Amino acid sequence: MEALRAKARELLESRTVQVVVGHEQGSVPGRPRPVFVRKIEDVDRLVAGEGGTINLAVYLLKPEVQALGRPALVADPAALRTVLQLASENQIRDGALVALALDDGRLTELKDLAAIEAFVAERPAGLPAEDQQRIAEIEAMSREDRWTWWLEQFSRCLKCYACRAACPMCYCPRCVVECNQPQWVPAAAHPRGNLEWHLCRAMHLAGRCVGCGACARACPVGIPLDLLTQVLARQIEADFGVRAGTRAKADYVLASFRTTDKEDFIR
Amino acid sequence: MADARTLRRESLARWFEAIRAAGRRILAPRARGDTTAFEEVTAPSEVAMDCVQTTLSPKAAVFPRCEELLRYERQGKDLRVTDPPLQPPETVLFGVRPCDAAAMEVLDAVFSADPPDRFFQTRRARTTVIAIACTQADAACFCTSVGLSPGSTLGSDILLTPTDGAGFAADVLTDKGRRIVELCPEAFGPAVAAQERRAVLAQVPVRFELKGLSDRLAALFDREELWVDQSLRCLGCGTCAFVCPVCACFDIQDEGTGRSGARLRCWDSCGFSLFTLHASGHNPRHLQSQRWRQRVMHKFSYAVGRLGRIACVGCGRCSRACPADMNLADHLQALAEAK
Amino acid sequence: MGCACHGDGNGSANVYRPYLMRIERIIDEAPAIKTFRLVFVHEEEGRSFTFLAGQFGEYGVFGEGESTFCIASSPTRKGYIECTFRQVGRVTTALADRDVGDVISFRGPYGNVFPVEQWRGKNLVFVAGGIALPPLRSVIWNVLDLRQDYGDITIVYGARSVADLVYKHELEEWKARGDVRVLTTVDPGGQTPDWKGEVGFVPAVVEKAAPSARDAVALVCGPPIMIKLTLPVLEKLGFAPDNIYTTLENRMKCGVGKCGRCNVGPYYVCKDGPVFTFAQLADLPPEY
Repeated sequence: MEALRAKARELLESRTVQVVVGHEQGSVPGRPRPVFVRKIEDVDRLVAGEGGTINLAVYLLKPEVQALGRPALVADPAALRTVLQLASENQIRDGALVALALDDGRLTELKDLAAIEAFVAERPAGLPAEDQQRIAEIEAMSREDRWTWWLEQFSRCLKCYACRAACPMCYCPRCVVECNQPQWVPAAAHPRGNLEWHLCRAMHLAGRCVGCGACARACPVGIPLDLLTQVLARQIEADFGVRAGTRAKADYVLASFRTTDKEDFIR
Repeated sequence: MADARTLRRESLARWFEAIRAAGRRILAPRARGDTTAFEEVTAPSEVAMDCVQTTLSPKAAVFPRCEELLRYERQGKDLRVTDPPLQPPETVLFGVRPCDAAAMEVLDAVFSADPPDRFFQTRRARTTVIAIACTQADAACFCTSVGLSPGSTLGSDILLTPTDGAGFAADVLTDKGRRIVELCPEAFGPAVAAQERRAVLAQVPVRFELKGLSDRLAALFDREELWVDQSLRCLGCGTCAFVCPVCACFDIQDEGTGRSGARLRCWDSCGFSLFTLHASGHNPRHLQSQRWRQRVMHKFSYAVGRLGRIACVGCGRCSRACPADMNLADHLQALAEAK
Repeated sequence: MGCACHGDGNGSANVYRPYLMRIERIIDEAPAIKTFRLVFVHEEEGRSFTFLAGQFGEYGVFGEGESTFCIASSPTRKGYIECTFRQVGRVTTALADRDVGDVISFRGPYGNVFPVEQWRGKNLVFVAGGIALPPLRSVIWNVLDLRQDYGDITIVYGARSVADLVYKHELEEWKARGDVRVLTTVDPGGQTPDWKGEVGFVPAVVEKAAPSARDAVALVCGPPIMIKLTLPVLEKLGFAPDNIYTTLENRMKCGVGKCGRCNVGPYYVCKDGPVFTFAQLADLPPEY
């Protein structure tokens, strides 16, 4: 933590960055919250991010935060994968930020996307055992039971869109559910509207979700949304050999083809 | 005229049975994983009695997250519009907190103002509120800062105050409450001494001065940097508005085809970026800081002039549920103390 | 069955239930701008329907939604109402697709009113730009229908080009009356070879017209930039902000002060407005 604060001080003093996006102590012990440190005297507010529920990379594309200037992002591996995925989608330029990777208490300064790529490559993301267990349980259900189970989960959805707001990949200025010519996805929180929203969102994240889990942590009614997107991510990897958040330059897997793809209708 | 009695815990089951036998459904806090919400229960054993506060408020009982306002159908050249069936069941809301009971009064002020909203009024008329006073609070609670207390009776038909492990002091406050008691009068005994119940109530420290708050906030309207700083971490979702027992902003959506369908209303939030977007593309509140300011001003300043009351009951749900930890009491304290 | 908004014997009425209106006439005013004349499908509703100038309604197409427009006809004309709208989104596109004889929905009248009664004996100055003439048209016809009760009437109206002017025929009708002073203008470059009106922005034409502020009230509706530049002209002529009226627009849904969308400061545009004086607006946050 001291290394982080010292680094933050150095970056702010040298004007390398104008804001350090990190964590500070929150209302609940053990659950730090986002902080945007701009003044040297506030650097001591920075704490380690364990227990934090937000993927800080979500702030990189918010106009209010962009207006603060060049950021240093205190990043766990999931946030670093997010930066790479956003870069591959042309949302982040190389050199637009400094990443301060915190891994096992150790701080590494990553000045460009190549450095972030190398760092991420050394730490392949696996699903936590608990999530693997839950996915296995769901996949062990029959199709009918699985459908009923997910419908029951979605029936609690309020359409608060906390999942969308917390997801760094949901950066569309006008989300599909906010389009009304036509209204592709119903806006209201009834069972069909909820189902269509979550399926649509999962599909829009297929091949893009980096598995940070912020969506599920943000959901006020505890719907395990990350399991849905994780299963799709696994499917994408099995079918196309590609994982989101590994390269700064990558075509979107569902919008590109290779001549070695197994489908031949495109030839 | 308030009527004081006692209710023993072991009599609850008999009372619940009597209520249900009389054709009323009981909505009470039920746990579902890590969250709690007001759902139908058949017995007191199903009620999550010990949670400080539920995740979701009971407002869905009188203001559902989605409801039909009208139906339409075209038959040839004829267009018929009909009211949807509005026969909500007689409902007993059991185990709301005094803050939630007070919230019913705020909702009433919004929906009963001219022209009255019959959807809300019908449901409200068929809902009896049985509150349980709070013996515990957490850091997110701030009812005492908005003119309420863990033992407040505002909005309740019956207030149950835990006295000792064995039971409650029961204040029957309204005719509605009396009718529910009369369904099972044998469950109730004579009153308990007043000083016993004061001792059990939770201590909720006052976080900010309420008097003059609405004017002080109005004076801070143009202090952009305050609103920007507070809202930087806000993600612009609708969680705070949706878990809030008072927030009642809604959207109206048509669903259907040219031939038949319905006009619905569903929960909405001033925090969403498109809430105030004009068809022309102009958005009077295009920044999150402006939307955050609107939330605070609407609930703590404008509502005082419009409704005669603060549109917040200090339940703390927004602070607990917010993914970005936008702690409302903290923010209000900072605003109240701002120079 | 009872009429749409006014009760069916089952407790209070469903305030969200609209009148059914048949489109009796469609006028293409300007590119993407139409006027509908609407009559009540249930005639008895039309007979008891009243409103006052300044009020608005929620006009809708079932299955698409509702949109907010003022009632552009005068309350002195019974049996029908008119609205003028620009096709700009989902609902207005669906409305623009309707034909004469089609049935649409209407909820209203909502909102507050121009104090037309109080203005008897006064001189009236109307200033409007583009699509913002409709709310003033209600007042204009209202006072013209009671011409003897009002003093001098001045109308300054402009649009980007000749094609964009709305109520083209009525402008000619007003000019031809002889008891109304009408100046129409188009932006520089918006004139046609046979254009006989002014060329220049509305604020400049107001300055040129220099209507007297004595015993006068001004009504100004238009795009923000037009209003911003017209106010100083009027103030220089001696109009006080509490004698200059306008109507606000804000995104609306319920129209009856419940859904929260149109809240500006302590006001709801749908209940406390849409008619405001500039003195009132000076106290409001600029969130409209």
